[in-house]
Amino acid sequence: MEPLVTFGELFPHGIWRYAIGGALIGLGTAAIYLGTAIPAGASTFFESTLSYVSDVPRFNRAKYVMSRDWRVAFTLSIVAGAAIYALAFGDFGWTTSVSWWRLLGGGLLVGVGTRIGKGCTSGHGICGVGSVAPTSLVNVATFLAVAIVTAQVMQALGVTP
Amino acid sequence: MSGTEGQDRHPLFLPLVVAGGLVFGFGLGLSHMARPEVVLNFLQFEDFGLLFVLGTGSVVAGTAFAIGVNFLDKAPLTGRPYARRLKSFDRNVLTGGVIFGVGWGVSGICPGAAYASLGIGNYPILLAIGGMFLGAYAQGLWRTYRSEDNATAAANAD
Repeated sequence: MEPLVTFGELFPHGIWRYAIGGALIGLGTAAIYLGTAIPAGASTFFESTLSYVSDVPRFNRAKYVMSRDWRVAFTLSIVAGAAIYALAFGDFGWTTSVSWWRLLGGGLLVGVGTRIGKGCTSGHGICGVGSVAPTSLVNVATFLAVAIVTAQVMQALGVTP
Repeated sequence: MSGTEGQDRHPLFLPLVVAGGLVFGFGLGLSHMARPEVVLNFLQFEDFGLLFVLGTGSVVAGTAFAIGVNFLDKAPLTGRPYARRLKSFDRNVLTGGVIFGVGWGVSGICPGAAYASLGIGNYPILLAIGGMFLGAYAQGLWRTYRSEDNATAAANAD
């Protein structure tokens, strides 16, 4: 009897690069957490960095001002780590063909949403899910479901890519 | 947040953040999450591999959280007690999740993956990073004005 879907259909690129890449993302988070007890998410960087250039009190709360320099270091290290990967694997210089308005408009909504929702794919998705935190599980389930519907509606409307 | 600021800071604090960020970014590159196309393929049910990124990432991080919370006392570099990442639940968690979901579904990119995308040389991602800064700035301004309105309303109330 033929299976309804094959492994190759579900995972056309296999699973190893995803599984190992994810494990390294978790390892970087784990190392920082075990040394500092800080669950480092990627998106607090926006507010903490805005405190360098904005007088708005909201961006200048102690938790942002006190963490802004290491969050810049964390972000630049993520850029550098990905660059090391790309140079080591001959993947450097790839550019997306997703339209500019999708990147800009989608990025804008991501920026609003992560700040209203208290976290992003790394804060809620890796640290929060790893903590089995109910708030994060609800947030991740919400953004996953909405993102799936959004991407499929855009595809159905013929926006590619 | 003692031990995370200025002269109080342990000399290994920044080196550890940098080392962790390098591994984190390398993983984002290897997982191909730094490519919006790969995220969109996942959301369009054409490649479910991204489930393994979230899965192994949260299991590895979760193991560290469990070890810290259950077996360790205070973090060596900050003196902070180990705690789970718990945020209070309110309507904003849902509203933010919906807005984030629309943005992620439109662009195929999230903050950490966007930094990594820049690292692999994908310079158009600067549009997304700029958008994220604008969005975070707009949200902060809106929250500020709204709380000032509330404060004025409260001051005017009997």
